[in-house]
Amino acid sequence: MKKILSAALATALSLSMTGCNTASSSSGQSSNQSSGTSSAGGSSVSQPANTAKGGKIYYLNFKPEIAGIYDEIAQTYQDETGVEVTVVTAASGAYEQTLKSEIAKAEPPTIFQINGPKGYAAWKDYCADLKDTQLYQHLTDKSLAITDGEGVYGIPYVVEGYGIIYNDAIMQKYFAMEGAKAASMEEINSFDKLKAVVEDMTAKKDALGISGVFASTSLQPGEDWRWQTHLANIPLYYEFQANQIDLTGDATGEITFQHGEQFKNIFDLYLNNSTTDPKLLGSRQVADSMAEFALGQCAMVQNGNWAWSQISDVEGNVVKEEDIHFLPVYTGMEGEENQGLAIGTENFLAINKTVPEDQQKLAEDFLFWLYSSDKGKDYITNRLGFIAPFDTFSEEEKPTDPLAREVLDWMGREGVQTIPWNFTIFPSQTFKDDFGAALLQYAQGSKTWEDVSGTVISRWKEESAMAQ
Amino acid sequence: MNKTLKKYFPLFVIPTLAAFLIAFLIPFLMGFYLSFTEFTTVSNARWVGLGNYKRAITANRDFVNALWFTVRFTVLSVITINVLGFFLALLLTRDIRGTNLFRTVFFMPNLIGGIVLGYIWQLIINGVLMHFGVDITFSAKYGFWGLVILMNWQMVGYMMIIYIAGIQNIPGELNEAAAIDGATPLQTLRHVTIPMVAPSTTICTFLTLTNSFKLFDQNLALTAGAPGRESAMLALDIYNTFYGRIGYEGVGQAKAVIFFLMVALIAFAQLYLTRSREVEQ
Repeated sequence: MKKILSAALATALSLSMTGCNTASSSSGQSSNQSSGTSSAGGSSVSQPANTAKGGKIYYLNFKPEIAGIYDEIAQTYQDETGVEVTVVTAASGAYEQTLKSEIAKAEPPTIFQINGPKGYAAWKDYCADLKDTQLYQHLTDKSLAITDGEGVYGIPYVVEGYGIIYNDAIMQKYFAMEGAKAASMEEINSFDKLKAVVEDMTAKKDALGISGVFASTSLQPGEDWRWQTHLANIPLYYEFQANQIDLTGDATGEITFQHGEQFKNIFDLYLNNSTTDPKLLGSRQVADSMAEFALGQCAMVQNGNWAWSQISDVEGNVVKEEDIHFLPVYTGMEGEENQGLAIGTENFLAINKTVPEDQQKLAEDFLFWLYSSDKGKDYITNRLGFIAPFDTFSEEEKPTDPLAREVLDWMGREGVQTIPWNFTIFPSQTFKDDFGAALLQYAQGSKTWEDVSGTVISRWKEESAMAQ
Repeated sequence: MNKTLKKYFPLFVIPTLAAFLIAFLIPFLMGFYLSFTEFTTVSNARWVGLGNYKRAITANRDFVNALWFTVRFTVLSVITINVLGFFLALLLTRDIRGTNLFRTVFFMPNLIGGIVLGYIWQLIINGVLMHFGVDITFSAKYGFWGLVILMNWQMVGYMMIIYIAGIQNIPGELNEAAAIDGATPLQTLRHVTIPMVAPSTTICTFLTLTNSFKLFDQNLALTAGAPGRESAMLALDIYNTFYGRIGYEGVGQAKAVIFFLMVALIAFAQLYLTRSREVEQ
């Protein structure tokens, strides 16, 4: 009797263990988001393979700000076609980490994102050739895609632009003042003019009812991408242009940062005319800057059209939709009167070639549905606010939020030199982090500009060599 | 009975063994293997031999700097945490009113997660430093002392509980005998209490030593290495190496193996040293 009892107990115990396993695997998908941040220990807990025939795809989303909308899209698609789309969103700034742990699982993401040529270099073992997909056929500008030889491995799905966002209500108030350095925004078409206006506005900030012209220059580690990535793109674009560098070749292994002076121009302007004392920037985040702008405490902030939700969702938002416009980031380059916004993309869709082929096909169908069917396009333009680079979208089917409209407007202007997004070839995250740290120390006064410039040049070279 | 136990021994051991294998041994061995390879994900590794170890040490000084920072931090926090924990334990084993309340209050910080603690202390420390026109990112000094304070705040209560248990285990007759012999309170402390709580000291130094050495969450939330990488400890440096640039996953892994060996070595040395001072009861 005892034997039977103990045997039964042991069986029950082992059963309950396996029972736990299967139960947790179904909820595993949703908890995956946090697993990406676990340390380098390397988890190897694999989920039991579940290859249901009904069709199932797994989309690893890059943009946390729109995670909720993707869940709705997945539901709609399932209702329409019966294909189950699992959407998992990586936490902000942790996409690479999440992707690394997710893709090693028994059920890896079918669709994931890479951030440009550097991202492709890291993930080329996983990127399927998308040359024959319908989505690629409908891409308006084929040169935007990530190609390697004959193959196409990443399709851009959104075009974005950044510049200096300004609040026209405050600007008009300033222009109406006596002794204003400009009479309208049209006059501001160079760094010198911008500087004159901004410095005059700072002098009159009490009368204007603002605490600074620019929102705080967020330099907290991890929150400094607006400067070490986006702002740095502009002088480096001019450098690559001037030296006729082939961006796909090895010539990008070294830079001279020859337009560092121009970077310093605009960066100093941001620091000295800000809502925040430069010494306190080490604890400021992007969200703080956007909130300052939304609450009308400042007139300008450098950011892109994705920031619209961060402005409109702020409680007590005082900025009117029609008052929000873009100004190009002028840095004091020669001939910058014709400079436009920086427009490009670092969001490329890739399909995992290690998953079964029928799943890859399902993924292709889902993506094409999202960017071509009426329902899908409605989500893209009206809910996600994407400027989609596909010819399946008609003229009317463009996003309606003010910043996206401005980007489209700038794209269409005659004689304007749009700056491409060259920062996708920056050597590594470590380079960007070190650049950001140097900028913070410069703002705090513990580093000179020569130190910063030296850091940029030497770190670029070292990181490029290391990444080989 | 013994026969039955022997017969079913494998069956009963399965659950624990499986858990140990899945959650510890297999990941550990895989990690060890991966440190000799170049990989993007754990399933597509390519053998490169000792190259990763060479790059871990020679590529830049980050690892050595982080090691030095960690060592300084560990030495200081092991001493302060144990001294403070022991002192609190002494206080709270006297008959003071509200002893239980105090014990609970001192223990509570240990129940809060590291990331949350890091952000809370960042706010507090920045709030103080603000009066001097600086914040925690100005100098690695601030980050260092911030981490020491944070770690003390979090760990002192826990160590206190262990020391209290140790003190309460001292046989009453020893203290009595000391009192009859006319020992002063200080002499009693020096010659009775401290030798008698040596087992607790072993555990407490072990816990504080390994926890300080492995500190990650608090470091990430409080400073994330600012300024630059000057206040990054070893675990954070490994994390940064792993995710910081393409193709460096293996190097991060190699650093992790070196890190493991160091922690194991130090912990064993410490256990051996403090064990030898314990008094047989």
